Amino acid sequence: MFSANTVIGQTGSFAKEKPREEGHEFKWPAEGLTTVPDWIYTSPEIYEREVERIFHGRTWNFVALEAEIPNPGDYKRSFVGPTPVVVSRNTDGTVHVFENRCAHRGVEFCRQPLGNAKEFVCPYHSWSYDLVGNLQGIPFKRGVKGEGGGMPKDFKNADHNLTKLKVTVLHGVVFASFAEDMEPIEAYLSPEILKDFNVVFKDRKLKILGYYRNELPGNWKLYHENLKDPYHATLLHSFLVTFGLMVAGSKNGMIADPKGRHGTLASAKPDNVATALDDEVKKEMRAYREDFKLADGRFLDYVREFDSPWSVTMQTIWPNFIVQRELNTLGIRHIVPNGPHSQIMLWTMFGYDTDDEEMTRHRLRQGNLMGPSGFLGLEDNEAIKFLQEGVRRSPSERGVLKLGGTSTGSTNSVIDEAAIRGMYAYYREEMGL
Amino acid sequence: MYAGYDMQAVDAKSVRELRFEIEEFHTEYCNMLDRGALDQWVDFFAEDSLYRITARENADAGLRVGLVYAEGRGMIRDRAFAIMHTQMFAPRYMQHFTSNVQVISVEGPDLGLGDGSLIKAQSNYLLLQTLVDGPTTIHQSGRYYDTFVREKGRLLIRERQCIYDTVLIANDLVYPV
Repeated sequence: MFSANTVIGQTGSFAKEKPREEGHEFKWPAEGLTTVPDWIYTSPEIYEREVERIFHGRTWNFVALEAEIPNPGDYKRSFVGPTPVVVSRNTDGTVHVFENRCAHRGVEFCRQPLGNAKEFVCPYHSWSYDLVGNLQGIPFKRGVKGEGGGMPKDFKNADHNLTKLKVTVLHGVVFASFAEDMEPIEAYLSPEILKDFNVVFKDRKLKILGYYRNELPGNWKLYHENLKDPYHATLLHSFLVTFGLMVAGSKNGMIADPKGRHGTLASAKPDNVATALDDEVKKEMRAYREDFKLADGRFLDYVREFDSPWSVTMQTIWPNFIVQRELNTLGIRHIVPNGPHSQIMLWTMFGYDTDDEEMTRHRLRQGNLMGPSGFLGLEDNEAIKFLQEGVRRSPSERGVLKLGGTSTGSTNSVIDEAAIRGMYAYYREEMGL
Repeated sequence: MYAGYDMQAVDAKSVRELRFEIEEFHTEYCNMLDRGALDQWVDFFAEDSLYRITARENADAGLRVGLVYAEGRGMIRDRAFAIMHTQMFAPRYMQHFTSNVQVISVEGPDLGLGDGSLIKAQSNYLLLQTLVDGPTTIHQSGRYYDTFVREKGRLLIRERQCIYDTVLIANDLVYPV
């Protein structure tokens, strides 16, 4: 069921989801970062401010992988925040991003998820644009002979190009920004985050394995929280816990950048989880299932293909990008915020061009962990949906983030919410809250 | 059209019999899923089998990823166990409807009626989902591309490709198709 199908408490019907009275000032609770007010997940004004200040503000937004558009003329229909854009490769090989909105009447002209074109032509009145978004042709620009009409004499094509975004490419990953004066992407990511980003992308040629797309009926920030929340990973996900992919008591880390906006949730898988965990730890984890044995254990094999101490790194890159390295299943998730109570999640799964047939099949088998039917993925989608329903429908107004005290940023313990607090410290600054 | 499932010339009389048999197969298979008898799911598969659910955009582009991707009965069994005993999700009911069964090709003894025969077919499916606190919705509109193998007189799935048109999934897909 899509969020638009909600019957009990239709989305937008609760007081918390409605615009506040004129002049209302949103105030973060006095307790600070150990308390999260529900209105950051439900308020339409807060959502609008997020689009303006975050997605359209000083951020690098993921838009595409270069492997999706390898050849001149290749394009991808994408999004920056909720805003439709086109990512296009020009004849000279450079990558360009512009709004998917005809400069004439506003038609979202590009409809194919991926394709190849010599030019972009708006289907409504045939205005045409080149591969970098410059207006090329307008039919009957000078009118029809004998009948007049047409554009005024002072009309200049150059004044009516598509709205272009700033673009940067790092190791095959394409980012775009509405801001003119963004710092270089390496500085934006920070050395702390760049390290594990490079493990996946640097000096690698990706081979796209395919796509998943889903609507997740929860606020977009909840997905960032989920991956800055190692606590849940050890409690919700039977697969992680039972097979030792991430358990309390083994080697884990939650690495944040100095600003607190990005994160890497990292874990090193013990060889044998049954012996690595003491009984006290097992008792705390209800999801641990001693009786659960796989009939086909191949799909949890770990081929050590990376120079990294971690077998798992889940990176949250502010504001719309997730990099998944879960053993050998690799992918990215592109978050498209869709109002306060919904997000569209676009997943691209990949391997490397050096993979042989068996490695490709290993990644395909292991892919069962993630995605909207993944053993882990579907549990996250359910939990986030439940959370959104809880904050929407309940008159209570606060969530609690007290694990690990009041600290913010990186931690070694998984029983800690410091990375979520760190993200909200940054968020409050950006949002003026 | 899915690669490897091009329409072949087939014997008209045996095809009628096979189509009826495949319709019966779908009925039993879907009844099993809709009852939630997932422990019996594996019984519909041959030992060396491939089961995949994927979006039509992947199928059309020849991309191999599966929303669900199972090689062999072991992986089928593991997924059934996980759904029944370990996975966290909201309660729901599913109903499958299949139609438009078309036999695509027949290989093997006795025009597909002998053991070891391989029969390819395609069928449309409609998957309805009812969350217990929500309306009944069309969760997927899709198509099965099946390769059946006959063992001891019975059809078993050698390959089932569930290709769904509903590319944008409503949150998630919990139960098999």
